[in-house]
Amino acid sequence: MSNFFEKSDLSRSEAENIISDTLQKCDDGELYLENSKSESILLDDNKIKNSSYNSDLGFGFRAISDEVVAYSHSNEISKNSLKQSSENLKSTLKSVKGTYNHEIPKSNKKYYENINPIEQKSLNEKIKILNEVNNYLRSKDDNIKQVTANFLGEQKSVEIIRSGGETLTDVRPLIRFNVSVMLEKNGRKETGVYGVGGRQSYDSYLKDDNWKSVCDEALRIASVNLESKPAPAGEMKVVLGPGWPAILIHEAVGHGLEGDFNRKKTSAFHNLMGQKVASEGVTIVDDGTIDNRRGSLTIDDEGTPTEKTVLIENGILKNFMQDRLNARLMKTKSTGSGRRENYRHIVLPRMRNTMMLSGNQTQDEMIKAVDKGIFAVSFGGGQVDITSGKFVFNCTEAYEIVNGKIGSPIKGATLIGDGPSILKEVSMVGNDMMMDPGIGTCGKAGQGVPVGVAQPSILINKMTVGGTKL
Amino acid sequence: MVKDQEFLEKKASYCLGLAKKLGATESSVIVNNSVSETVNFRNKKLDESNRSDDLGISITTYIGKKKSSISSSNLLDDNLNILIEKCVETTKNTPEDEFNSLPDKDLLAKEVKDLNLYDDTHIENDQKIDYLKKLESAASNDKKIVNTESSFTQNKSNFILANSGGFCAGYKTSSFTASSVTVAKDEKSMERDYEYSSKCFLKDLDDARELGKQAADQTIRKLSPKKIGSEKIAIIFDKRIAKGMLSTFASAISSSAISRGTSFLKDKVNQKIFSDTINVLDKPDILKGLGSRNFDSEGVKTDTLKLVDQGILKHYLIDTYNGKKLNLKSNGRCGGTSNLYFENGNISFKDLLNSKSKSLYITETIGHGSNIVTGDYSVGATGFLVENGEFKYPINEITIAGNFKDMFKNITLANDLEFKYSTNSPTMMIEGMVVAGK
Repeated sequence: MSNFFEKSDLSRSEAENIISDTLQKCDDGELYLENSKSESILLDDNKIKNSSYNSDLGFGFRAISDEVVAYSHSNEISKNSLKQSSENLKSTLKSVKGTYNHEIPKSNKKYYENINPIEQKSLNEKIKILNEVNNYLRSKDDNIKQVTANFLGEQKSVEIIRSGGETLTDVRPLIRFNVSVMLEKNGRKETGVYGVGGRQSYDSYLKDDNWKSVCDEALRIASVNLESKPAPAGEMKVVLGPGWPAILIHEAVGHGLEGDFNRKKTSAFHNLMGQKVASEGVTIVDDGTIDNRRGSLTIDDEGTPTEKTVLIENGILKNFMQDRLNARLMKTKSTGSGRRENYRHIVLPRMRNTMMLSGNQTQDEMIKAVDKGIFAVSFGGGQVDITSGKFVFNCTEAYEIVNGKIGSPIKGATLIGDGPSILKEVSMVGNDMMMDPGIGTCGKAGQGVPVGVAQPSILINKMTVGGTKL
Repeated sequence: MVKDQEFLEKKASYCLGLAKKLGATESSVIVNNSVSETVNFRNKKLDESNRSDDLGISITTYIGKKKSSISSSNLLDDNLNILIEKCVETTKNTPEDEFNSLPDKDLLAKEVKDLNLYDDTHIENDQKIDYLKKLESAASNDKKIVNTESSFTQNKSNFILANSGGFCAGYKTSSFTASSVTVAKDEKSMERDYEYSSKCFLKDLDDARELGKQAADQTIRKLSPKKIGSEKIAIIFDKRIAKGMLSTFASAISSSAISRGTSFLKDKVNQKIFSDTINVLDKPDILKGLGSRNFDSEGVKTDTLKLVDQGILKHYLIDTYNGKKLNLKSNGRCGGTSNLYFENGNISFKDLLNSKSKSLYITETIGHGSNIVTGDYSVGATGFLVENGEFKYPINEITIAGNFKDMFKNITLANDLEFKYSTNSPTMMIEGMVVAGK
C-alpha cells in the first residue's frame, strides 16, 4: 500500500482538515489519491523494440453540489497544491447549501490479490519468453512476415479520503500479454491478433507454455483471413460465437444503460425502464465481482464495493449502472459502477464485466437455422451513438453461412445495428456462455478503463453487414 | 501558471547528468507541464469545472546500442534518482538493436522560430461562463433541441527536449477550445451532433452564437432518418470526415509501418497512388497552426514536405530509428505529421454536390474500420441522400466500404479547404464505394 503523505509536507490530518472544510456544505465529494506503476516490454520485427517503465502519482479533488461537479487534479501532493485545488473548487461552487452524504456501503470481499505483477517476473524472463514466441511462430509457418508480442503490467494503488476522514483503499494488479502475427502469401497480407490477461500474475496466464496457445490462436486467425473472400453487403441473419462477440452487448445496450445518459435523457433507453427491450430468454448482467477478471473491482473509484447488477432480466429492462452522483439525482443507489481512467479524470458510470447469460440452445442449431447469413467468431472493436442507438462492431474472423452450413471465411467487415431493437431480434440463445480472454478496454469521454464481456452463441434475425459484395 | 523554461531545463539537465553518472552512454529527456481549465455547461447551467495541472518527464537511456525508457509524473529528485537508476539497469539487460541511436547531429533544429503558438491571455472562468451562456442560448433556440452540453477549455503548455548530444530547446503553446453537443428529438427519432472550434489565440475563436447555432442546425437536420438499400453510389465526405482519409494515409506511410512491412503503401514511393489532381502537403511552419512545430519529438528539424505531388507518393514520414533501418534520413516526423492537408481541388462545393444525379453526403462515421495492412475500409455511417445537388433526407444505420488503394485513385476534391484542425481536407467525393443498408 502506498503512503501518499510520506514524502510530502502535507500530513494526513492536514489533508483531512482541508477535505472536510472544502466539502462541508457539498452533497458529495472526496480526495482521490493514486500511485500507479506500469511496464511495457515489446518484441517486434525480431527485436526487443521497447522496454519502458512508468510511475504515475497524483490526486484528484472533487466537490459536488446538486448537479454541479467541481474537479481539480495535480501531480504534486503538497500543502500548497491541495490548498490551491480547494480554492478552485470553492470558487466554482460559490453558494453551496447541501448536506454531505456520509453513507457508503462496506464489504470485506476482495476479488484479487494484493500483488505487484511487474516484480513477480524478472525482465530477463520476460525477454526470454518474447524471444521464444518469435522463434516458435516463425518456425511454424514460412508465410509469417511479422511477429509482435508484448507484456503490459500494472499495479495501481488508490486511496479515497471522504469528508470526516473516512478512508477506503484498493490495490489493483492488471496484466496483458498480446501476440500479433502477419502472414503474406501470393502478395496478400493478413494479420491475426490474440491475447490474454486479468488481475493476476503473468505466470497465472502463461505457465506450462500456455503462451503457445496464444500464439497458435493468433496464427490461426491470420491463416483463416488469408483465405477470406469479400464480405457480403446488406441485411442478413448473423450467428455470433461465444465470448469476445459480446462486444455487441457492450455497444448495443451496455453504454445506453449507463446512469448519466439516462439521467440526462440522452440515451435511447431512458424511457424504457420496466419495458421489454430484448427477446424472452435474454438476461444481461454487469458484474464487478468475478475473481481476477479484467473488469472486476473490489471497490469502484468512489469507494463503493462493486456488485453484480442485473440490467435486463428475461427481456425486461431492470436497472441502469450508477455512480453516486447519478444515483442521487435519480433517487436510487450506486451500483458500484463509478470509474475513472486515473486521477486526471472525473468519475463516470461505467461497465465492468458485461455478460449475457446462457440459454439452452446449441450453436449447431443456430447455424442450421440460417439459409444465408454470416457466422462471426472474433472481433476487433466497436462504437455506439448513444442518442440514436446505432452501434457498430468490426469482425476480425467471420464465415458465410449457406443453407445451414458454415462456408468460406470472409474479410473483416463492420456490422451495424440499432441498440434498443437488436436484442428483440435475438431468436436463439446458446448454452455455451464464455468469458472473453481478458484484454478489452472501453473508451468513454476520452477515458479508457479495463472491462470484460461474455456471452453464449446467439442467433440474430437481422443485421446489416458492411461488406463490399452486393 | 505553467512552469517556466528555467524549471524544466533544470530538471532535464539533472536527469541527463545523473544518467551519464550511472553509466548511460547517451540519453534524452522530455519534461513537460500543461495547465488546463475547463468549464462545462448543460442545458444553460453550469455542470462542471475542471482544473488540471500535469507534469511529466520521460527519459531514454542508451548504453551503446541498448536502450530503455521510463516516464513519471513525480518530478521530485528522490523519485527521479530511483527511476533513472532503474532505467539504466534495465538498459543493461535489454538486448542490443543496431539501429538504436540519438538523431544525427546535423539534422537537429538549429533555431527555434516564433510560430505564434502562445497567447498569454488568461480567460477567467466567469468569462468562459459568459461565452457558454451565449453559445447555449443560441444552441437551444429551437424547441426540437432537448439537451445541450457545451465546454470551454483553456490550455497552456510548456516543454523542454534535451539530449546528451547538446540539444536543448522547447517553447510554450496555448489553445482555447469551445465545443457544443446538442440532442434533438421528434416523434420518430432522437439525434445528436456537434460543433467545435480550437485556436492558439483566444481572439481567433469562433463566435459563441455562431457555434451554438451551427451545432443545433446540424442536429435538427438529422431527425427522422431513413435507411436505404445496398448499392454502389458516389460518396461525398464532409470535411470533418474527409480529414480521416488523410490520417489513414499518414499512418500507412509512417516509417515504422513501412519498415515492418505492415502497410498497403510499402514500396510505393515514386508511384501513383492518387489521381493526377491530388497534392498532399505537410507544412510545419504555419503561423498559429494547430499542428505547427519547430522540430519533431527527437529534436530533428521539420521542413515542409510535399508528400504527394500530382498523385505520386514522394516521401514516407521518417524518424531516426526506422530511417536507419530503411537506410533513409529522418525528415523530422517522429511523432507524426504537423499541419497535414490536401491542396484545394478546382471545383466548388456546390458543383461537387451537383456533379452526380444521386450521391450520399456523409457527416459522421463510427467504428474502427480502417486496416492499413490490407487497405480495407468498412465503417458505420450517417448522412444525407443528395439528389441533383440538394439534400433530400437524412440517412442512418448504413455502412460504407471499399479499399483505400481504389478509393485514393477515385478522389475528387472541392476548393473549400480551411484550417480547422491540424489535419485538414476540402470536401471530398469518392466514387465506386459500396453502401450496405436494407
